[in-house]
Amino acid sequence: MAVILDARGLEKSFGAVTAASNINVAVEQDAVVGLIGSNGAGKTTFLNMVTGYLKPSAGTIHFEGRDITPLAPREITRLGICRSFQIPQLFNTMTVLDNLLVGVGIVAAAGSKWGARNSAYDDPVKAVDTMLDQFGLGSYRNRQAGLLPEGTRKLLDIAMAMVVRPRILLLDEPTSGVSADEKFVLMDMVMAAVKEHKVTVLFVEHDMDVVARYTDRVLAFYEGRIIADGAPATVLDDVEVRRFVIGSHAAPAGAASHA
Amino acid sequence: MKLDRTSFAILAMGAILLIAGPALPSWMVSMLNVSLCYGTVVLGMMLLMRNGIVSFGHGLYFCLGAYAAGLLDQMLKMPDMLLMVGAAVVVTGVVSAILGLLLAKYRDIFFAMLSLAFSMILYGLLVKTASLGSTDGFNVAAKTVAGFAVAPESQRLMVYSLAVVFATVSAFFLHSYLASHQGRLAGAIKDNELRVEYMGASVMRAVHRNYVISAVLAGIGGALMAVNIGHIDPEMTYWPQSGEFVFVAILSGTGSVFAPLGGALVFEAIRSFAYEYSPNTWQMVLGITMLLVMIFLPGGLWSLFTRKREG
Amino acid sequence: MSQFIAVLVDGIVYSSWLFIIAVGLTLIYGVMKILNIAHGSLYALGAFTSVTLCGLWFNAGLPPMGSYLMLLLSAILVGLVAGPVIERGLLRFMYGKDEVVLVLVTYALFLILEDLIKLIWGVDPLFITGPGGESPYSLLGNFEVAGLTYPNYNLVLIAVAVATGGALAWALARTRSGKLLLAVIHDREVSAALGINVGRIYFVTFTIGAMLAGVGGALTAPTVSVVTGMGAEVIVLAFAVVVIGGLGSLPGAALGALIVGLVRAAAVHYLPEVELFSIYFVMAVVLILRPKGLFSGAEVRKI
Ligand SMILES: Nc1ncnc2c1ncn2[C@@H]1O[C@H](COP(=O)(O)OP(=O)(O)OP(=O)(O)O)[C@@H](O)[C@H]1O
Ligand SMILES: [Mg+2]
Repeated sequence: MAVILDARGLEKSFGAVTAASNINVAVEQDAVVGLIGSNGAGKTTFLNMVTGYLKPSAGTIHFEGRDITPLAPREITRLGICRSFQIPQLFNTMTVLDNLLVGVGIVAAAGSKWGARNSAYDDPVKAVDTMLDQFGLGSYRNRQAGLLPEGTRKLLDIAMAMVVRPRILLLDEPTSGVSADEKFVLMDMVMAAVKEHKVTVLFVEHDMDVVARYTDRVLAFYEGRIIADGAPATVLDDVEVRRFVIGSHAAPAGAASHA
Repeated sequence: MKLDRTSFAILAMGAILLIAGPALPSWMVSMLNVSLCYGTVVLGMMLLMRNGIVSFGHGLYFCLGAYAAGLLDQMLKMPDMLLMVGAAVVVTGVVSAILGLLLAKYRDIFFAMLSLAFSMILYGLLVKTASLGSTDGFNVAAKTVAGFAVAPESQRLMVYSLAVVFATVSAFFLHSYLASHQGRLAGAIKDNELRVEYMGASVMRAVHRNYVISAVLAGIGGALMAVNIGHIDPEMTYWPQSGEFVFVAILSGTGSVFAPLGGALVFEAIRSFAYEYSPNTWQMVLGITMLLVMIFLPGGLWSLFTRKREG
Repeated sequence: MSQFIAVLVDGIVYSSWLFIIAVGLTLIYGVMKILNIAHGSLYALGAFTSVTLCGLWFNAGLPPMGSYLMLLLSAILVGLVAGPVIERGLLRFMYGKDEVVLVLVTYALFLILEDLIKLIWGVDPLFITGPGGESPYSLLGNFEVAGLTYPNYNLVLIAVAVATGGALAWALARTRSGKLLLAVIHDREVSAALGINVGRIYFVTFTIGAMLAGVGGALTAPTVSVVTGMGAEVIVLAFAVVVIGGLGSLPGAALGALIVGLVRAAAVHYLPEVELFSIYFVMAVVLILRPKGLFSGAEVRKI
């Protein structure tokens, strides 16, 4: 399989806090990668560096062979790396439909500049409606985004990343704030959409059941380092991971917890 | 471009104002004329406010537009109304394109303050420029339209008609602009700039574009005002003038392009009557109105209409 | 050489004056996040009140030196009357609103106060002079620097500016109320949760800020003709000062005042055509280079 995203030797610190230290990750096309780690381990920082929100103090990030380290979030999005956020970033005064239409409009306005992907949405409203159904948001279509329940906000946040046609989707804690029995429903919908559009996925997750069920590879972060990287079964069983990630932070897999 | 109901309504409004012009009493023509000039400026304020931005220095472009028109008469001896408006468009377009590069990075109170500083720079320059009459300014007279001489007795009506045409055209284009992707993008920028960038659009570029459009609208308003009043002075870029534009924009609301035009008319009416009946308290009337609107009608006067429609 | 000294002296006097006006503005912004346009009206109120009080004093035939007391009393009156009325009657209903909305609220207030002043004092220029031509401006005599004569009154301005700045800095750093204030500035919600009476702090801050505006107006009144519109002129200058220094920063207001004061003095002496232009030019340049002013706080984490 071809490597689509390649991060080499990333470093980042905030004052005395090391948020990334010698991070090396190569992600293959169509992989589903889980990022785990206790609070403050550096998971979000990693996503922030990949999407250009933070500049690493050392190291490089390549996407499809191209160096994207110096690029701004906007340019990286256009190349096809799109993300959701730990705290949903919505257009709160606008309707759910309009939230997504903004993205459709941006893609359309960019035209051929929108990466190498087919950018045209022939019928924007229809395309968005299809997407809303896919994410189970159909009944919220005309509701104001700022007034949605938390779980729905999370879904919309992810849909907003999907609507701008990603090649890689980065999700920051997609199931946090979602009730235990709805987590799998949410992830099923997201993964279905992802598979349909052949999108590579990285997602940060505190619930080990979710990690075990959906990923084919897991990265464990601890104090800015990656302390384990491999198949879910191996990583989740790793002694260090059990001690620093799962044990210290959460009860054994099954009783999910998050900050 | 497909025309919706509002577009038709704008064109109809323009046509009616144009046809009714000769029949209207002269005080009403004056009031409408000033309102249309103001309204055009406030259309620009409204566009910025759709992006969540308030300029406390739009007097800069109002004044630049007026001086561009005035200088055409005074220095180049080309007192043609259309040329005057054209000159205003060019000057405000160029200046705002440059200043916009700096301003587009600013938000909230910092945008307000930097735009204020720019407008006060022009004020500082003008009050010390003796050749332009310093604080007194100078008189402006337009004598032709597109090269055709206008008889002195039909001068007022001509100026009014021109204001109707430009305000209508401005409102028409702003409406279709806001109905397009650009309008939704403006709302998105107001709500969450981070997400807009993460959807792949440049917030800076969008804000810059909208800033230039709003400046040009203010410039058109300024040029129209210059020929309407026949006199210009640096007060046009003094901060209370910019404050007045903000005032009318708040009073109007940003719900529709009709709001600024209607709001400007209401403002002009309040001002004329308050000024007539108690010249020393008209600002107080304005201040109290503004407070009441902000407290009870955060969406401006326009929200009265939308509320009724929904209810 | 003597011109250079004149620039320095004028600049420092002008800076002191600017600081007295701007410090109240920056204090209110720092604590309450309100950029108060009505500060200009409070300044004007201070000036008009002192015209009235000094007039009464002189007309009563009391010793002219007492007119200084009247200046002080005017400032206190503005602070204690206008401050609480505005804070309790209007601003407290607006807390938590967007900063720009708050600016507009104070703009409305500015419009109202401008006319209130016209209603009370009329529209003709007023002067503070006793029956024998006494004025607080000239009562104290003059001093000379490098052959140039200045009224000693200017020293009063400098002294008041230094004393005000010093007192505020001391109160913030050393007193209990000052520390509570800093806590509120740092995080309003947390302070309220910790049991700090934020409402009272806002009330006191606004009253002190209003009083400082009053001090500025009262001290200015003897040196100029007191006219309507003086508030509009001053408030943009004060904006320039606090924006240059960094909104809400006390040392920023001092530095901003010095910069604006010296720049203006230099312009007046060397290139009078650019007097006003130069101030706003500096304001724009500082904002462009340091968007949040010279003294500005750290950015907070967003995502
Ligand atoms: N912009 C920033 N400024 C200062 N410190 C930061 C910033 N971003 C991250 N940090 C710090 O870097 C460390 C790693 O943070 P990061 O957000 O990456 O953790 P995380 O693994 O996502 O944790 P969580 O599970 O709580 O979301 C933390 O100590 C955090 O406080
Ligand atoms: Mg995180």
